[in-house]
Amino acid sequence: VEEVLAAAEEQEAEKRRSVTVEKELELEFDLGNLLALDRNPPAAAGLRGAAPGREAKLRALARDNTQLLVAQLWELPAERAGGAGGPLVARLPEPAFRLPREKPPPRPRPPTRWEQFARLKGIRRRKRTSLVWDEEAKEWRRRWGYRRAGGDPARAWLAEVPEGADPEEDQFARLRREKRERVARNELNRLRNLARAHRAGTAIPAAPLHPTGHQSREELSHVARVARVSTASLGRFQPRLPKEPSEPPSRNAGKKRRFEPLLGNLAAERSRQLELLRDMGSKKPVLDITRAVNKQLRQEEAEAAAAKGKKQSQRGKRGRRQ
Amino acid sequence: MDALDRVVKPKTKRAKRFLEKREPKLKENTKNAMLIKGGNANLTVTEVLKDIYAVKKPFAVLYKKKNITRPFEDQTSLEFFSKKSDCSLFLFGSHNKKRPNNLIIGRMFDYHVLDMIELGVEKFVSLKDVKNSKCPEGTKPMLIFAGDMFDVNEEYRRLKSLLIDFFRGPSVPSIRLAGLEYVLHFTALDGKIYMRSYKVLLKKSGCKIPRIELEEMGPSLDLVMRRTHLASDDLYKLSLKQPKALKPKKKKNISHDVFGTTYGRIHMQKQDLSKLQTRKMKGLKKRPAEKSAEDGGVSPKKSKS
Repeated sequence: VEEVLAAAEEQEAEKRRSVTVEKELELEFDLGNLLALDRNPPAAAGLRGAAPGREAKLRALARDNTQLLVAQLWELPAERAGGAGGPLVARLPEPAFRLPREKPPPRPRPPTRWEQFARLKGIRRRKRTSLVWDEEAKEWRRRWGYRRAGGDPARAWLAEVPEGADPEEDQFARLRREKRERVARNELNRLRNLARAHRAGTAIPAAPLHPTGHQSREELSHVARVARVSTASLGRFQPRLPKEPSEPPSRNAGKKRRFEPLLGNLAAERSRQLELLRDMGSKKPVLDITRAVNKQLRQEEAEAAAAKGKKQSQRGKRGRRQ
Repeated sequence: MDALDRVVKPKTKRAKRFLEKREPKLKENTKNAMLIKGGNANLTVTEVLKDIYAVKKPFAVLYKKKNITRPFEDQTSLEFFSKKSDCSLFLFGSHNKKRPNNLIIGRMFDYHVLDMIELGVEKFVSLKDVKNSKCPEGTKPMLIFAGDMFDVNEEYRRLKSLLIDFFRGPSVPSIRLAGLEYVLHFTALDGKIYMRSYKVLLKKSGCKIPRIELEEMGPSLDLVMRRTHLASDDLYKLSLKQPKALKPKKKKNISHDVFGTTYGRIHMQKQDLSKLQTRKMKGLKKRPAEKSAEDGGVSPKKSKS
């Protein structure tokens, strides 16, 4: 009897030992995904050998890792699903491993014209019942749709002539026409709302009007121009810097080219032609070398910066072909 | 564009439900995978695709016909398929002399290719070849990644993320402990990746935690990494972005300290200390004689007539 007891105890001790696993580095667990990450470098010597030995080693490694993962899963709070007799169910935490989304998160759509108006006026949505009591049929019918409460509109055999209407007019045709117009108007408004939402989604963000440290010369001049024009008289009486040219506000703002009239200012034309002849005849070059060289250098720098920026965005665009 | 989809309004409720399933949501659907054969897919690669389809049912579609495309050169046909079948994961198999038994595993973001990794299959043991009992279709597998390469190397890290995404299955709030039957084990060693699938047998042990025995089952692949096409860092970061609504809300007036104690904060109004409800000590209760002495001449008792 003693031998039997000793053998049983040995077996039990072995089983208890065999639930624990020794590892150099602890595994990382993500129980929401049923995931375990083992950072230990695998025993290369055993695994590089022949195929059957490798399979056995891989299986042993897998067994150890699975044992650790299952141990972690058994630690989770568990309950019996579906009453006392149901299966034991563990509640999993949220998955921790960050995986990319399938589609970008939904953008909130801008409110439609009606929604804006309703918000302004404080109008709230009344909940309407879906069934209405029909007196003629003496039962509950739908508000609209198949077998609606007011009777089938196609079978309406009477159309009253309203007061002040032309007695010769066809009332049925008028009703049909008005329905068509209503439908068309609703459809137009729906498409307009969609277009507004679409435009709002792809709007180009305006250059920041408050000063940041890194604005270029063009951005700064644009900002200065916007600031000048945002007065009540659209910038006509704003003081200018000594050398700044005064420009009248043009509706096109420089989109169309303007030419002088052919036979206008004869004196100006004469002086212009004489100046041209003088510059052509003189020995000194008209070109100011230093200014030209500086301009060229600046242009080259700008091009290099643009190319670098474009290359970086190109590499980004490789992952997203349009 | 979703706006263009909405221009044509769906005429039936079924069509509306179909479109609603496909539009971007806060909490997303389980990712579907499409398994495509290339123009020159051989028997091995076809068997691999069929086995992975069996593992990933019902969240996968297996295309029967061969499609003559090269994913690394031209991604438009992949994107078209993804849009048609609303799948964001794909596995493309092909075979040629330069790249024998080729598998391209990849994922999409917003119907454009995000990451693609080309793997070569060196050895393949299919589901049919292993004569053991299989676990039921659609079990959520346990995933284990062994090897330090999966952390050290950037490409291996993306491959790990891709494989988790691929084999993860639906996200569930709770799981039946006895139903943990399937485990996929990936080992990275010497530039090769060994993928093995085992069926888990839970044996009795002395304590609550069962002892695990593994039985070889299912597809096992020896893979070697070939080309990769990974998304740039900013695009990857954009795809990882979760909307703010999904963040767990922080409860106010609750704080935790280093030792794990939870502290709560209660804000009280001003209290009238004279009317405070304290413990009643019977011995200190005012007796009627003392009470009448305090009150003075006024006797509260009415005289009986």
